[in-house]
Amino acid sequence: MTETAEEGKDVFFPERRGHQNSFGRRIGIDETSLKMSKQQPAQFINPETPGYVGFANLPNQVHRKSVKKGFEFTLMVVGESGLGKSTLINSLFLTDLYPERIIPGAAEKIERTVQIEASTVEIEERGVKLRLTVVDTPGYGDAINCRDCFKTIISYIDEQFERYLHDESGLNRRHIIDNRVHCCFYFISPFGHGLKPLDVAFMKAIHNKVNIVPVIAKADTLTLKERERLKKRILDEIEEHNIKIYHLPDAESDEDEDFKEQTRLLKASIPFSVVGSNQLIEAKGKKVRGRLYPWGVVEVENPEHNDFLKLRTMLITHMQDLQEVTQDLHYENFRSERLKRGGRKVENEDMNKDQILLEKEAELRRMQEMIARMQAQMQMQMQGGDGDSGVHGHHV
Amino acid sequence: MRTQWSPSAAPVTPLSPLHPDDRHPCALGPMDPLRRSPSPCTSRPPSPRTPPCEMLGHVGIEAVLEQLKIKAMKMGFEFNIMVVGQSGLGKSTMVNTLFKSKMWKSTLPGLGVPMPQTLQLQSVTHIIEENSVKLKLTVTDTPGFGDQINNDKCWDPILGYINGQYERYLQEEILITRQRHIPDTRVHCCVYFVPPTGHCLRPLDIEFLQRLCRTVNVVPVIARADSLTIEEREAFRRRIQHDLRAHCIEVYPQKCFDEDISDRILNSKIRDRIPFAVVGADQEHLVNGRCVLGRKTKWGIIEVENMAHCEFPLLRDLLIRSHLQDLKDITHNVHYENYRVFRLNQSHALPRGPGWVNLAPAPADLTATPGPWKVRWQAHDSSDEEC
Repeated sequence: MTETAEEGKDVFFPERRGHQNSFGRRIGIDETSLKMSKQQPAQFINPETPGYVGFANLPNQVHRKSVKKGFEFTLMVVGESGLGKSTLINSLFLTDLYPERIIPGAAEKIERTVQIEASTVEIEERGVKLRLTVVDTPGYGDAINCRDCFKTIISYIDEQFERYLHDESGLNRRHIIDNRVHCCFYFISPFGHGLKPLDVAFMKAIHNKVNIVPVIAKADTLTLKERERLKKRILDEIEEHNIKIYHLPDAESDEDEDFKEQTRLLKASIPFSVVGSNQLIEAKGKKVRGRLYPWGVVEVENPEHNDFLKLRTMLITHMQDLQEVTQDLHYENFRSERLKRGGRKVENEDMNKDQILLEKEAELRRMQEMIARMQAQMQMQMQGGDGDSGVHGHHV
Repeated sequence: MRTQWSPSAAPVTPLSPLHPDDRHPCALGPMDPLRRSPSPCTSRPPSPRTPPCEMLGHVGIEAVLEQLKIKAMKMGFEFNIMVVGQSGLGKSTMVNTLFKSKMWKSTLPGLGVPMPQTLQLQSVTHIIEENSVKLKLTVTDTPGFGDQINNDKCWDPILGYINGQYERYLQEEILITRQRHIPDTRVHCCVYFVPPTGHCLRPLDIEFLQRLCRTVNVVPVIARADSLTIEEREAFRRRIQHDLRAHCIEVYPQKCFDEDISDRILNSKIRDRIPFAVVGADQEHLVNGRCVLGRKTKWGIIEVENMAHCEFPLLRDLLIRSHLQDLKDITHNVHYENYRVFRLNQSHALPRGPGWVNLAPAPADLTATPGPWKVRWQAHDSSDEEC
């Protein structure tokens, strides 16, 4: 059946003839199209417009391949303890990522340094698989002296980039696991008057490595006016310190009005002020997720109460864009920096110097020993070299 | 009619005459009701040398209460409070709510103005009058506490300030001709605002509380408690109490200063609820026809004076209505005495009689804290004691 050489069919399925397409690979036969061709052969003999080639079907193919492959997304959450990070992640993905969580006491907190904890979960929805990795950073901002807080975090991000670079430059590039951090939710405390010095320092340190999405946590402690004031203040401070946060891409001009309106609303609400909860509370006759206070119920999914829905929409509609920006901007930055350095691992300047010094010293010692040995040999040769010349050889 | 003049609930017991072995601070100086508590010997049992006497009729001794009251009303009261906590925890609002007046404008650093690198303490004094009782209230704020990246030793300026006030009082006290009424700028109470993380005390909180609870009366409160539900509040409170016990931090009301059973019962109830979960508000809203102080949100109005919503009334009662005089007493009788002994030991001289004391100059670093409460009632017997 593949040999029926009808004009339309050949034009429509160039790959069935084994032609190579632009990717240099042979695409298999598109089965749905084949079925359609059997049922309605007339359609392909008479294409819609003359010159219709048919590669408009490519997005469908990509879509099916992606769905089969599944998506990977790595999300990092950074913020002081007690800001509701874990609760928010659980609410966002409607799952319990931290089932056996023990909150450490004050004595343990004093000795703790920042740690990195990555938990991976596979979520499936209508056949689409998402492999979500959430990287948590417990201990951030806890210590009295937080100067070294973000070193661990930055080295983790660099390590993921390094690993990807290594895999990409390797021989077998088939199954590269992408563990690079695609997005970082930075939790800002609602109790301050804006950004703290630690917030500014941290964001400036990682804005060239990862997409930052600032989030105002525990937003149910703010009245509407306070919230507006805080958002404006944070945006002003971000601009003042030249911090590059993730900007939502503008909607294309050919998108429909609803989407454009949604994007506009999302852009206007950054930074999002959110409340997280997974408890079901009875309010106005129906069960909603929220927090029950003596003075009322805060509903998590009510856009008038907080921006949780907006945050979720942004994350989901722009997941692909976040990955792209990570790949095209941050990873490329990292890669060019790395390759410029010529493969030498960047360490602390002092450590490098010390190491080099030690190595040089060891080398010197070895050389000195060698010279001493050679001298001794020469001595022996000269002393007993009247008879034997060169028998001792020149073994060095 | 018995006028309940002293805010503390303990009734006034008869004053026993001074005994040479008596080490009570009353033995130190004249009975000036404004320097000492008006009822200093509340719970001292009558010693065997002074048996209680049967009264045959009404003499009129209780009129002394009225005299004390008139004198005090003339002089007015002083109260110095310090609020410590990270910025944005509602300290200024809380002070305004406590004293129901807009005495404080919250300090908002402007854009482009760099945060002050060291802690700057700011004091504001107001005289508040209620029912012809005058209160000279001084509030000391500590903007910038705990806001830097490196908060090491951020408590030093605060300790320095508190000890500086003790030093000032001491200098006035050891003069030969001293004023009748020494102006009291010592900090009577330090309210520490704990951020409502819901987990436990942070290392910074622990460090600060450990150092300060030995120098001044500290009352920790959970700030901005409207971000915690009732269950979260209780769990947080229990954890904080556990942490305080684990690190041997004694906050006000201290267990070791309970004088008698009724004090202990009253204070135990308070100790059970410390730290209070408070919400501050200085705007009024209409709720059920009443005008209340509160915060208005889309999902309800948080009433500050409603015990079901937050514990602000408990804090206000503790600080103003029931324990104000007690706070001053403990500051004067314990913390100040500790400081005094420490300083006098430093200069290796103790006041013996009416001679004047050559005190060594105050050390530049006033952050050295005297030791724990070893020297509570034994101000004169510390010649061999090392502080």
